Amino acid sequence: MKIPNKAKTALALAAGAALIAVADASLGPFAVRILNLSAIYVILALSLNLLNGFTGLFSLGHAGFMAVGAYVSALLTMSPAQKDMNFFLTPIVPWLREVQLPFLAALLVAGLCAALVGLLIGAPALRLRDDYLAIATLGFAEIIRVLITNAQPLTNGAQGLKAIPKYSTTWVVWGAAAAAAAFLVLLLRSSYGRTIKAVRDDEIAAEAMGVNVFRVKVTSFVISSFWAGVGGALLGHMITTIDPKMFTLMLTFNILLIVVLGGNGSITGSILGAIIVTVLMEALRFLDMPMNLLFIRTQGLPGLRMVIFSLILMIVVLYRQKGLMGTNEFSWDALSSLARRLGRKGGK
Amino acid sequence: MLRTEGVYMRFGGLTAVADLNVEIDKGEIVGLIGPNGAGKTTAFNTVTGVYRPSEGTVRFKGRDITGKKPHEITKRGIARTFQNIRLFKDMSVLENVLVACHLRLGAGVAACTLHLPGYLKKEREARAFAEGLLDSVGLRSLADEPATSLPYGKQRRLEIVRALATKPELLLLDEPAAGMNPQESLELMEFIHRIRDEYDLTILLIEHHMQVVMGVCSRMYVLDYGVTIAHGGPEQIQKDPKVIEAYLGVD
Repeated sequence: MKIPNKAKTALALAAGAALIAVADASLGPFAVRILNLSAIYVILALSLNLLNGFTGLFSLGHAGFMAVGAYVSALLTMSPAQKDMNFFLTPIVPWLREVQLPFLAALLVAGLCAALVGLLIGAPALRLRDDYLAIATLGFAEIIRVLITNAQPLTNGAQGLKAIPKYSTTWVVWGAAAAAAAFLVLLLRSSYGRTIKAVRDDEIAAEAMGVNVFRVKVTSFVISSFWAGVGGALLGHMITTIDPKMFTLMLTFNILLIVVLGGNGSITGSILGAIIVTVLMEALRFLDMPMNLLFIRTQGLPGLRMVIFSLILMIVVLYRQKGLMGTNEFSWDALSSLARRLGRKGGK
Repeated sequence: MLRTEGVYMRFGGLTAVADLNVEIDKGEIVGLIGPNGAGKTTAFNTVTGVYRPSEGTVRFKGRDITGKKPHEITKRGIARTFQNIRLFKDMSVLENVLVACHLRLGAGVAACTLHLPGYLKKEREARAFAEGLLDSVGLRSLADEPATSLPYGKQRRLEIVRALATKPELLLLDEPAAGMNPQESLELMEFIHRIRDEYDLTILLIEHHMQVVMGVCSRMYVLDYGVTIAHGGPEQIQKDPKVIEAYLGVD
């Protein structure tokens, strides 16, 4: 029986949604949290991949845009009473104290604010290339963090924000992840998406073919910032506390790790990479505990799982630079040809 | 069609192009020749906006285009190819041509992402147009192949097709016959004539293959060390002592 690929995709999506529903209902709170964290990392990895993988811009500023999104959404959804509780050292500015928006509106505003910051940073920084751009974006992300730390009446500074409403339910985060993925698929398959990839492949040729290279770069940067802001906001609403120290280069690095492991320039790669890395981060936690290996007893070695991750990254860089998916996307035809190849090998 | 008026291009102390005065009428095929390092590609780059000339003006259809950005110049109707092929390497043959179609598509990022009906219609038209172009140069059957998997000659041809997809009036070809054998060069000459007639083009080309230049161009400019040393029809150029000196060296 031959099922059309579109029907297969619809079935697979429905199965995925059903799986998430079952997991949400049956798993314990800890496992659900990891499930939801994967969804947030899917959004973040996709948005970074748009820059690194599809536009060919090496940016290290993601944590900064996440911070903007997380703070904006948190401050817009907290009630005045909650804000008073947080801002006990320096009172919050009065206009911000009174504002309270419904969650989805706040999420959207958070994304838009991050996008605006992306535009302000991108316009000057995108005149640079390669490593210079990476350094510049890294610097801007740090500037955002320092600004947040020092803008006490706006952000509560280094104390951070606590008791943020817990809006990031399984359906919200996976819905947002699906929206981000759909958005990128539609964008990258369109004519505009082709110009984005053209800029990655050859800027000079793209410019000569009438592509406004600078504008394409800025657009891509702004879109990426938007989704980074949304991801940051969802993260805040999940952990319910945020502070400036969360949004350092380490956070950007984690996302970069997912993008590289999943495949720079592959949407499905980023999705798989985000889920695998997030789950492994938790699954490998036993490495940090005391272990009883046949002859050797180890004391707890905190950080051993990060060693394993570094090893995995080194192996990938040495033997499979393209990551899990390379620049390929999942397709049913590729899957069936892979199955056929495996079957033939097994039959021999 | 195209006129450069006293264009100078200096890089620090080096004058790569000096007092370039090129004039091309509609429908002509004009050659730009000269020894290596004579400033031919630099001259191209000043016309297409890659460099801003240090002095002088470039006019296209009577309008001043000096110092405009390359993509703006392409929009006005000047397209080019490159000396060292610059295809979009991770894209298929068809996609390479479609990128060049985006310019005339008139759909922004929002319309594209949302796949609005207006965009979808234009996208279908662009696809049909691109496939038609590929068909007319015999690359249709290779449309879905990765661009860089094509043999060299076909890559050159694809680059020209991609330039045509921007719907230019003036086409600049930078060494289209580079690396081609005599047979391929002959085919290329025919091809250049054909696209000129079919797409109503004016062509300026840089070329080293004398056979190609003499065969295809009605007029040519000869550059040496950035200076225009001769200008005229093929026979006139072949006899010009300065040209012979520049190419062969005469005591």
